[in-house]
Amino acid sequence: MTRATPLPSPTLRVADIRKRYGALDVLRGVDLSPAAGRVTAVLGPNGAGKTTLLKTILGLVRPDHGEVLIDGAAAGTDASVRHAIGYMPQLPRFPGNLTPRELTSMLDDLRAFRGVPDEELVEAFGLAPEYDKPIRALSGGTRQKVNAALAFRYRAPILVLDEPTASLDPVAARVLKEKVRRERAEGRMVLLTSHDLGQVQALADDIVLLLDGRVAFRGSLTGLLTTTGQADLEGAIATLMQHDAPLPFDREEVA
Amino acid sequence: MSATLRAILAHTIRNQLRGRAVPGYAAFFFAATTGLLQFGGGPTRTLPSLASVILLVVPLVTLVIGTVGFYDGREFTELLLSHPVSRTRLFMAHYLGLVLPLGAAFAVGTGLPLVTAGLDSATWAPALLTVAGGLLLTGVFGALAILVATSVGTAARGLATALLVWLGLTVLYDGVVLMGAQAFSAYPLERPLLAAMLLNPVDLARVMVLMALDAPALLGYTGAVFQDFFGTAAGALVAAGSLALWIGVPVALAARRFRRMDF
Repeated sequence: MTRATPLPSPTLRVADIRKRYGALDVLRGVDLSPAAGRVTAVLGPNGAGKTTLLKTILGLVRPDHGEVLIDGAAAGTDASVRHAIGYMPQLPRFPGNLTPRELTSMLDDLRAFRGVPDEELVEAFGLAPEYDKPIRALSGGTRQKVNAALAFRYRAPILVLDEPTASLDPVAARVLKEKVRRERAEGRMVLLTSHDLGQVQALADDIVLLLDGRVAFRGSLTGLLTTTGQADLEGAIATLMQHDAPLPFDREEVA
Repeated sequence: MSATLRAILAHTIRNQLRGRAVPGYAAFFFAATTGLLQFGGGPTRTLPSLASVILLVVPLVTLVIGTVGFYDGREFTELLLSHPVSRTRLFMAHYLGLVLPLGAAFAVGTGLPLVTAGLDSATWAPALLTVAGGLLLTGVFGALAILVATSVGTAARGLATALLVWLGLTVLYDGVVLMGAQAFSAYPLERPLLAAMLLNPVDLARVMVLMALDAPALLGYTGAVFQDFFGTAAGALVAAGSLALWIGVPVALAARRFRRMDF
């Protein structure tokens, strides 16, 4: 697909983020700078801090230390940086009394959006007939489709997707994966989490592995497979988790 | 008002009006006011009873709807904050989206029967002050509700805290003050009692409304001291001003907490 205006290449820099909830050290100094035009998957066991990391990037979680810079502006203090982000939360609970159409028009107003929205997913998911029903009458899967459609709607240069395919049926999940690939081809930066390693292997260019709130690995998928000598991502992650110390490589070194 | 604030507010209010709580709240006050007018024999006799209902029900309902609504809407708040919206604006939208529909429901529910019952020159001012007192209480307890909800982690504990705030300010406070006054009856108590009065928004609203009604027997202990000290006209102004502070300070505290919250 071609677009009339070229996409400005987004930059995102996560610098030494630390976050503690009570006695729980969720993030213990995380650095990250995902590349535009690539899909970066953040992996890690439950409680590794994946969602907290994504929420810090969105300014939803206030870190105790460190900062997130989006196109050079601090995400924590400058709300306008979120014009650059399309976010798909893990389990959204939309207000049940509103219809998807009302919700969408409210978010349009909120973003003061004047451009042509991306409604590819609304079409591909066949959502149009559901758009005038109250959200409470929609199934969980349909809500998740609305959630996905909203994340892509504003053609934001950075896409943050938290478990995007978790409650989608296989057909819808496939539609979404194709969409992510097209967005990548247009130069967008995609940051996602997923528990489905097969899916990550099919979609991701770069891998960030979080263990105990630290980056245990950061680099390209192919580099990861080569270094660990494994045929698939599952084997590679298992190998990495057996190491106590982070492996001595980074995207720059393996790219 | 900014465009973003207006956009959220319009949708929050629409959402509220489609729910059951706000229309039900209006219906409750409509029924209560109509009933009291029927059996009470005209506005002059009805207003003190109506004021007692208002002083108990407005804080309770505002606290409950405010805290429950905040916890219910947390994920939605999170969704809104993932868009380019400043937290201060969203907080104001939350606050106004709570107190404006509740205030309107209350004003319609009480105002409509009062106006149709026929207010004369002697009753319109007390009636107006009674409604105004309820509106100010809505503002105060809306702010307290959000302060509780932003300070207490879980919905169950938040609701329990809100109920304790209500019980404390509406029921227990006067009892404690009275016990204190008895224990220290050998000392001059006017100033401590005035201070006690200014520290409780429900007492302030009660004094504001009942002084206008000329119903000293209903003022309560602290209220009587207050009227003595300030006189009726100045007293009503002091009470209204203190209530405004009771709105401003919790709003500012809650806004601060909201800005620092993790979602």
